[in-house]
Amino acid sequence: MSKKQESSCCGPAIPVQIEPRKATQTEPAACCCAATPAPITIVAPLAPTSACGCAPGPPLQVESVTMSSTAGSARRLVLGLAGALGAWILLYASLHALASWLTYDLLGLTRGRALTEAVAFFIYDAPKVLLLLTLAVFGIGIVRSFFTAERARRILTGKRETAGNVFAALLGTVTPFCSCSAVPLFIGFVTAGVPLGVTFSFLVSAPMVNEVALALLYGLFGWRVAAIYLGTGLAIAIVAGWTIGRLHMERDVEEWVYRVNLGEAAEEEQLDWPGRLRFGLQAVRDIVGKVWVYVLLGIGVGAWIHGYVPENFLASIMGREAWWSVPLAVLIGIPMYSSAAGMIPVVQALLGKGAALGTVLAFMMAVIGLSFPEMVILRKVLKPRLIATFTVVVGVGILIVGYLFNVLAIHAMVVTTALQ
Amino acid sequence: MKTITVYGPGCMKCQKAEANVRQILAETGIEANIEHVTDMQAIVAAGVMSTPAVAVDGVVKFKGRVPNLDELRQVIAG
Repeated sequence: MSKKQESSCCGPAIPVQIEPRKATQTEPAACCCAATPAPITIVAPLAPTSACGCAPGPPLQVESVTMSSTAGSARRLVLGLAGALGAWILLYASLHALASWLTYDLLGLTRGRALTEAVAFFIYDAPKVLLLLTLAVFGIGIVRSFFTAERARRILTGKRETAGNVFAALLGTVTPFCSCSAVPLFIGFVTAGVPLGVTFSFLVSAPMVNEVALALLYGLFGWRVAAIYLGTGLAIAIVAGWTIGRLHMERDVEEWVYRVNLGEAAEEEQLDWPGRLRFGLQAVRDIVGKVWVYVLLGIGVGAWIHGYVPENFLASIMGREAWWSVPLAVLIGIPMYSSAAGMIPVVQALLGKGAALGTVLAFMMAVIGLSFPEMVILRKVLKPRLIATFTVVVGVGILIVGYLFNVLAIHAMVVTTALQ
Repeated sequence: MKTITVYGPGCMKCQKAEANVRQILAETGIEANIEHVTDMQAIVAAGVMSTPAVAVDGVVKFKGRVPNLDELRQVIAG
């Protein structure tokens, strides 16, 4: 029998019934959340990770829905969802009119004042972003119900390296993933014969290309920023994995990993369509239920900046001309850990005050893509040299992306879009 | 007696999975051994790549998510 853990997160390992074949690590059970306080130097609150429940947060609600369903409940579900979708479209389409009615008629604010600008921004953007987020999380939840770690492994086994890197990066974005499972997933991939570099492409893209970030960036800064984030995130995952593959660092994986006797993959859970729809709804409950506070906070910060702070406040220190700002953003961002949703207030604040897009994007990717707790987890299976290589390769990738966008001067275009 | 195994490195979702299992056992009065496997080698050896996973008598029933009470009731009592 196991003892009940005090800590909601990882804490010391629970006594295990099954004898480990070998004491591999002496360090305490690694954790996907910042059990040991990660050096966090940021002013904005950091959100619990959204995609997985590793970080302490509100307890998950126990749902009383079943995944298998009867015909009657399936019909009700589909009708309910169709109704919800209709309401969504109606609401989204009339958002602009509704928001201006609320601001100018109901609240009676005078146009052109700073307070009015801030309030109008919030009243319009908050529901817009929450609507987009809900739809995106639901849609991606359904997409994810088609993918499992086992399926990803099956697709990647036997793929050649370069093509494998591309597939792995793409699969990393759609496969449900929690950094708690990074180690079993790593072992499962490597022992099944997925090349090391290909495995890394998956491990880089899974946390870094995040659906919540994608939806929020689209909602707040337009499709260009969202597309840039998606494209560069995938590119970094592909190139970083490919590079690690070229370095032939198989010896820097802990030897015991190769000796693990891979169990027969557990049977796949078969979901029918009502099951997939419920999977999507569950994702909405889990993710939107957890991150909406940070979203509102982010938009609140954005609204305040919109109304009160001079536009180019940060331009001199984080603008395109400050060449050192990108490496500094990456260096600060690597040890930090936050979910994508927690980053949005920061991104909003930095961009709104005149920081360059490349710098901000680099900072965000470094925070969500690389983190100290993740390295502690990966230390179980990787030797320090490989962890260092992984960090440096991904860090350099992020750096290049940061500079690229600062040089391309996309900032001006983006801010115009965002502030319209 | 049934053996119910929860696989997970000790993350919050894994704790939740175990709590749900306990709740069902308490509710149905079924006696069972509960194991919580945190050792990575043992987790992988069971064929589990995404945690939490729940197995009943050695057969993995759920993985990569916290099974809800109804689902657990079905596989434990059914």
